Amino acid sequence: MRELSYRHALREGLDEELTRDENVVIMGEEVAQYNGAYKVTEGLWEKWGCKRIVDTPISEAGFMGMGIGASMLGIRPVMELMFWSFHSVAFDQLVNNAANVRYMSGGLINCPIVVRGPANGGTGVGATHSHTPEGLFAAFPGLKVCSPATPADAKGLIKSAIRDNDPVYFMESTLLYGNVGPVPDPEDGDFVIPLGLADCKREGSDITLVAHGASVLQALEAAEKLAEEHNISAEVIDLRSIRPLDEEAILNSVRKTHRIVVVDESKPFCGVSAMITAIVQEKAFDDLDAPVLRVNTIDAPAIYSPGIEKEQLPNARRIVEKVLTIA
Amino acid sequence: MAAKKTTKKKSTKSTATKDYASAEVNKQLSAEDKVELYRKLVRIRRFEQFSLKEYNGGKMGGFLHLYIGQEAVAVGAVSLMGDNDHVITAYRDHGHALAVGMGMNECMAELYGKITGCSKGKGGSMHYFAPDKNYWGGHGIVGGQTPLGTGLAYGLKYKGLKGCALTFLGDGAVNQGAFHESLNIAALFELPVVFIIENNGYSMGTSQVRSSAHPEEGLAARAEAYDMDWDVCMGENLYEVRAHVWEAMKRAHEKSKPTILEIKTYRYYGHSVADANAKKYRTKEEIEKYQRDHDPLKVWQAVLEGEGVLTSEQAAEIDSAAKEEAKAAVEFAEESPYPEISDISTDIYWELDNDTEASKQGTILFD
Repeated sequence: MRELSYRHALREGLDEELTRDENVVIMGEEVAQYNGAYKVTEGLWEKWGCKRIVDTPISEAGFMGMGIGASMLGIRPVMELMFWSFHSVAFDQLVNNAANVRYMSGGLINCPIVVRGPANGGTGVGATHSHTPEGLFAAFPGLKVCSPATPADAKGLIKSAIRDNDPVYFMESTLLYGNVGPVPDPEDGDFVIPLGLADCKREGSDITLVAHGASVLQALEAAEKLAEEHNISAEVIDLRSIRPLDEEAILNSVRKTHRIVVVDESKPFCGVSAMITAIVQEKAFDDLDAPVLRVNTIDAPAIYSPGIEKEQLPNARRIVEKVLTIA
Repeated sequence: MAAKKTTKKKSTKSTATKDYASAEVNKQLSAEDKVELYRKLVRIRRFEQFSLKEYNGGKMGGFLHLYIGQEAVAVGAVSLMGDNDHVITAYRDHGHALAVGMGMNECMAELYGKITGCSKGKGGSMHYFAPDKNYWGGHGIVGGQTPLGTGLAYGLKYKGLKGCALTFLGDGAVNQGAFHESLNIAALFELPVVFIIENNGYSMGTSQVRSSAHPEEGLAARAEAYDMDWDVCMGENLYEVRAHVWEAMKRAHEKSKPTILEIKTYRYYGHSVADANAKKYRTKEEIEKYQRDHDPLKVWQAVLEGEGVLTSEQAAEIDSAAKEEAKAAVEFAEESPYPEISDISTDIYWELDNDTEASKQGTILFD
């Protein structure tokens, strides 16, 4: 199969949806003439022009709210946050207007927007630019959240997100944009991955590692080490989508392995891993041979220091150490 | 010292009382149209007075932000809307709702939190919606609706429709960041939006002078900073409201340009009914002066009686009909059922409500 980078796969997905539906509009800071701060939208302005690819001022509350308002008239904005960390200046629009408008109108209105951009630490940009808010936004009923780890998943999920008639918050990673992987050729058919469908990235029998986004790659690396150095067979479940959540994929794996470590780059308190832990203990309690454990980002604001930043995040060493306490 | 810009986008000070009745947009009104406008003013007032009585009787929860005193602003502006014109406002939204043609029953039932309410009892007083009437709410966070109104205008322009988005806000909202971001984007992208500041003088309990720094010409003059047209008028006479709103709408329709229009008005009650200090931050005399000399219903009734298109007997009939309608709306709301517990979990996701393929994968609502 042909190989594409994560950013190229995303761009191909965006391009295909721009072709499919004339109401799809890409907007955000530097997405058009600058070709995207992380080059995800490179070449799209040249191809589609100013109507479909729109540079906005640095004004997140303004343009996010504008996109939400436009979506009520049938426009389908795909809005880039240069960093998901900048969600904080648009928070009212993201959680009140986008998430609540359908409910508060008794179902009269829907809000078919996508907000996408990178949400990750590990790049030496300090605490203001290293937020991982997938758990935060998944906590709001009315919103959908996904976080792909591979180029193929990035393409398949962004296309589903754009077609979805509810607001989808799409969290990428600057550390993944350059990664290359197989992506099905468009000539072989429309490639979409439904939201809410997890993917088993590695089969195993001794322990389940659940992760999403860049943490999936850390989990896979840890699984490799566990096999080679400790003769432990780890299964890696990539959630891909946080809300909707593929509970069955997690529970089926736990029923097979009887042990689980949840790997999650967000913080331990009230994050995605906390939610999954609650689900597993409630629904697979009798299948567990050990407590549900977690590997999160160490509970502090993101440290800048390049020398130890990677140690704050989940990494293969920390995952292996955690697994060895119960397996 | 930098040179001060002396040419303004719009000079608004009129020295003489203009003859608004002869404005083109008002000359088009038939006698029936004028009486109908009066009926709308009266219906809003009676609806709210009945809702206040029931609120005080403990029949509903939450807040009740009454529009009484400001009726001519919504009625005047909404009366100019065509098929491609849209309206959005904040939480003082009952007047705009009735003005666009929403029924008293659905509005009263919403206050009661009944399933027959316009939002099925899920939104409440601050969150009325009627997209079929181009009415996009009803928004609870001060200034939070202004980017949405900008987006409605963006959608119109994107689709090549000749319309505009009437985006209402209060004078307390003019200091919110989202509003300033909206102004910049609206001017930058040349969007057909009319920002209507309903200036009732008080952002909750804080007067304009204690809350906003602005040029001497008023709040709307801040538009100068965005190279945007602006205008100021009084909100007690429908002719005046319509004439000024129409100028801004024409600018949106014909040039796809935004406007800030500040309309000076007054609310007789508190910020909300729960505003226990409503008479402490302003004098009783001030309130009485507005009720006596500037009441939009009295002003319009006098205009129409002067023109010979309305008699005091007809006015009384309209008033008693509005009372009957409001009374019936209370009965309708009283008799309507509350939502079922199962209704809590619907109207969250479109895909789920419509049972689509996209809703079948994974868990979307959690125990």
